[in-house]
This record gives sequence, C-alpha cells and structure tokens, in this order.
Amino acid sequence: MDEMPKGNPPPEPAAQPAQAEVSRRDFLARALRASGGAFALLAGGGAIASDGERYDWEAHRWAYLIDTEKCIGCGSCVRACKAENGVPDGYFRTWVERYLISPEASHVDSPNGGMDGFPPLQTAFEPTKSFFVPKLCNHCKETPCVQVCPVGASYRTKDGVVLVDGKRCIGCGYCVQACPYGSRFISPETHTAEKCTWCYHRITKGLKPACVEVCPTATRQFGDMKREDDPVRLAIAHGRVVVLQANLLTEPQAYYLGIDMEVR
Amino acid sequence: MPEITGYAFPNDIHVHWSLMIVMYPYITGFVAGSFIVTALYHLFGKNEFQPVARLSLAASFCFLLVAGLPLQLHLGHPERGLFVMITPNFTSAMAGFGILYSFYLMIVMLEVWFVWRGEIIQTARRSRGLKRAFYAALALGTYDTSPQALEIDHRAVKVLSAIGLPSACMLHGYVGFIFGGIKANPWWSTPLMPVIFLCSAAVSGIALLILVYQVTAKLGRRVIQADTVSAMARWLWFFLIITVTLELLEIIMLAYENSEEWHIISPLLTTRLQFSFISMQMIIGSLIPFILLFIVTVMNRYLHEKVRNTLTVMASLLLLLQVFSMRWNVVIGGQLLSKSFRGLRSAYEPHLFEREGILVAIVLFVLPFVILYVFDRLLPIEAPPGAHAPDPHGDAPPAAGVSPAA
Repeated sequence: MDEMPKGNPPPEPAAQPAQAEVSRRDFLARALRASGGAFALLAGGGAIASDGERYDWEAHRWAYLIDTEKCIGCGSCVRACKAENGVPDGYFRTWVERYLISPEASHVDSPNGGMDGFPPLQTAFEPTKSFFVPKLCNHCKETPCVQVCPVGASYRTKDGVVLVDGKRCIGCGYCVQACPYGSRFISPETHTAEKCTWCYHRITKGLKPACVEVCPTATRQFGDMKREDDPVRLAIAHGRVVVLQANLLTEPQAYYLGIDMEVR
Repeated sequence: MPEITGYAFPNDIHVHWSLMIVMYPYITGFVAGSFIVTALYHLFGKNEFQPVARLSLAASFCFLLVAGLPLQLHLGHPERGLFVMITPNFTSAMAGFGILYSFYLMIVMLEVWFVWRGEIIQTARRSRGLKRAFYAALALGTYDTSPQALEIDHRAVKVLSAIGLPSACMLHGYVGFIFGGIKANPWWSTPLMPVIFLCSAAVSGIALLILVYQVTAKLGRRVIQADTVSAMARWLWFFLIITVTLELLEIIMLAYENSEEWHIISPLLTTRLQFSFISMQMIIGSLIPFILLFIVTVMNRYLHEKVRNTLTVMASLLLLLQVFSMRWNVVIGGQLLSKSFRGLRSAYEPHLFEREGILVAIVLFVLPFVILYVFDRLLPIEAPPGAHAPDPHGDAPPAAGVSPAA
C-alpha cells in the first residue's frame, strides 16, 4: 500500500476529504486484498469522494506505467476491474498474460484473462525466462478506434482518456476491429462497445483506477503527465520505456518497463 | 466457446462481424457489378449488352434497396442506425456510407426514371383509375414523348451512367476500404483490398446477370442472344482473371516478403480457411470457371448454343460461390486470427435461426429478386415489342431475335 499515497496525490480535493479518502482507500485496499471479493465497495468510495469538487480536465494528462518485472500474476487487477466496472463474463477490460520463453520456443496464455491467477504449467520445452504482462487499453493519442467510429461515440478526452459514449454507440463493432491491442469488445449486455476507461469515474474524483489501487506489487502505476514531479512522468521521462506495437504509430499512453520482444 | 490454437487476446475470440457483414459486400457487389454491365452498354457502346441493359439497371436498383439491411440487422443498436447518416464522424471510412449510398441511390433512381419514362407515360395514357393515377404520379408531371424529348432522355441516361459508374465503384470500393484501412488486421490491411472488392463485384454482377438473363429468357420464351451471352462470358472471364490475380498477388507478396503477418496468415489459410479459401475460392470457384470461360471465349465459334449457355451458366453459378467465399474469407477469416499474431480461433458457424443467421441471409439474397419481380410488374424490364430500342450510339442495333449459332 506504500505506493498509494506517494503515487499521485489527488489533484484537487481539500485537506479534510483527502485525509478521509486516503485512509478509506488504505482500508479498502487491504480489505480487498484479504477478501478478494468485496470490490463493489470501491464504486461507493469513489462516489462519496466526489462531493463538492469540480474536475478540470485541462489540468491533467493521464498516463499508465506497467513495470512487468514486478507482476506476480495474482489477477487482483482483473478481479477488481470486473467488480468495479461490471465487466461481463468472458470479456475483459484488462487482463494478464503469462510468457514462458526459451531461445527455441515460447508459450503464452491468459486463462480467463488471468482473473483466477495462473495454475502451474508444464511446457514441452524448458523455459529459460518467464514473466507476466498486464494488458489494458493503451489510450492511444492517435487511436484508430476513435478514428473509425462512424458516429463519434468513441472519443478522447482532454485529459487523455479514450472513452465510449454508450448512448451514441450504434454497436457496429468497427472500433473493435480497429484496435490493434484487442482492448475493446461489444458487450452482450449493452450491445455497445466497451473498454477500459482508466476508471474515469474514479480518476476524476482523485482516486486511482481500481486495477492500480489493488495491485499489491506496484506493477501498475497511474500518473499525471502534467505534473512535473509525478513518479509516472519521471519514470517515462527518464526510464527506458516501450509501448506496444509502436510500429503502428498509435502513440499509446500506457508505457511498459522490462518488456520482451515476444510481447505484442 | 470457440477453441483457440495458440494464444489469442481474450477479447479476440468473438466474431463480432457476422454473416450479415459477409452479406453486405456480397449484395453491394451485385449493385456495382450490375451497374458496370449497364454502363458497358450505355457508356461504352457495347451493343451486345443491349438485351441486358435494362435488366442490369433494374437489378442494380433492387439490390441497392436491400444493401443497407444487413448492416441494420447487424448493429447492436439498430434504432441508432440513422446516426451514421445524420451525425457522421468524417474521420471514419464508415461515415461515408450515408453520402455514397444516398448519392448512388439518387443517380440510379434518376436513371431508371429516364430509361422507363416513355413507357411510364404511355402506360398512364392507356390506363384508367388508380393505375392511371399511379403512373401519372411516376411521370412526375411531364408527358412529353416527342422524339426530341426522348432524345434528351437518352442523353440524360448516358450522363447518369457516366456519373453512376464512378459512384457505384466508390460505393463498393468504399466497402473494400472499410477492411483495407484497418492497420490492426494483417489479413485486411492492404491497399489492394478496395480494388479486389471492385473487381470481384464486377465478377459477381456479370455472373448474376448471366443467370438472370438466361432464366428470364427461358421463362419468357424469348431467344437467348448468343452475342450477349458470349460477350458477357468474355467480360466475366476478364474480370475473373484480374480478380484472382489480385487475390493471389496479395498472398504471394506476404509469403515472399516473409513478413511477420505471414506467420499467422499462412496457418489461417491452410487450416481454418482450408475449405473456404483453397477449395471453394481458389479451385472450385476460380480455376474451374476459368477453364469453362476459357472454352467459351477461345472456342466460341465452335460451340453449340446450348453448350455455350450451359458452360456460362455453370461458370456463373460457381463464380457466385467464389465471390461469396471471398467475402466470407475476408470478413470471417480476418476475425479468426487474433491480433496477438499468435492464435487462431475455431471456425465461426452461424446458426440457422438468429438475427444474423443463415435464414436471414437467404432472405436477404432472395429479397432483391422479389423486388425485381415487382419492379417488372410495374415497369416491364423487357422492352415492349416494337418500342424504340434506344441505341445511344447511333450504330445499327444488334441483330434482334436472330441466333447466329450454327
């Protein structure tokens, strides 16, 4: 939980609510890690924190950092996302991939998106390295999904988050096809395109995305590129980060540390 | 749950673009292809096409009326379908649909009106009561059938054909663009895609018209014009060669470059699409019709009329399958491979009874023929005997009713 307070302090909230909020978050995160179940509480927590604050989307530009060296494949993030966002079964706003690699062969899997962790696996070859890679929407600057939406239901907010207006989406699925990362799906419940929102309902209230909140190893970090001293900004600015499928020039805003060339 | 070989991104295992999205380019292909045939007569002076000029225009119109339906049926929110027309987002290729579709519909409706105008007025004059009111309304208030007026009609038809041909090409090229412009999908992303779609549209359109022409001629006990059949077979052969060349070029290029994409496309073609691509699209759908049409084209003068008709009908039937397979392999094939480039999902099988299922697809294919039948009831497709056979080129009309076959 140490990463939480120093990660990215909420941009605006007054001293009093901020105090209350941090302790509540602390409490919730611990409770969640222990129980692994009651994630729905997070939504409630977010709602209370919002009271009386006005969010200025010009004042932020969000970015996401994934330090794959730290991921232990526990799947808390996937469970938290499901609970927080009501993601339908069999569909994923975030997931975790497992890579088992030798110089001769490789194996990748993501059983149920990594939601239930990763059972031990026997491969036909002797892996010489293995690691986990959390995936989610890259919230690309030059995103093909927004480009191809025929009705403008997909859009990029000023603070750098790619969202879908569920009331405008006609459910044509073009954005699903256009996303190179497999981040979108047509929900069988709403029949519209859905995707990771970086928990926009939370980040606009000074909270972190649910997946970042529950990550026990600080693999997932969330930050504001408009804050000079933001740890995520510093890591991206000074570290050797990569983005996925950089050749497509979609300019992802989710950055990776310690990634292998096998990862797409 | 579909089975996955290798590793697919967990959201990549769903085939969101279903059989309806296969039907959509199939149907618009007929729209564009038929219009190409009508333009060959009206615009390029191919008089052999005179017997099918009206039929192909009517067919293009009838298929056009149905073209939007599969899209509508596919949408997650069909009630919002009109948003594409009224609030388009112009960075999206798909937003072009409203403009291209409506523009082309307007052109075709105008052309239909000019082609049938003389007959509409004559029918109005001959009829009484409701029927008269109906045709009088269709005449749009002008009853001028003087030679000068008809001459203007002919010129209008020519101009409309000249506008309609690029519009039809745009309408269908745009469908190819929808796929070709998706850089995320290696099986779709190629600038060749719109061209392939266009050429295969010509193939499907001509093949369909060969069939409809022969069937309607048989039903109406009319003579099947040998000139027309062999000319259509020749053009069909030409477009088939171009289409298959481009389809193969795309794949050979990927294989030759040994690109990253090839490592997933190669297993896609040889496992998941083995039947629909190799057997159906390439062998049964391309190679055999190629040979049949080769015979018709090269040995035309030695062929008995019945042999020629049978060979072209067989080739046309197979080519309708070829084009359907091509649409299937593009639309469905592109969704069987994961963008992880590491996994393929098991084959997609549509159900018989569902909104995007097989039965609906069959209805969508039959519906244009029903509309064509109604069209023919209202505006007879076969020009009335003795009526002016409009020859827009001032050349001698083709020998009518005479079979040159030995």
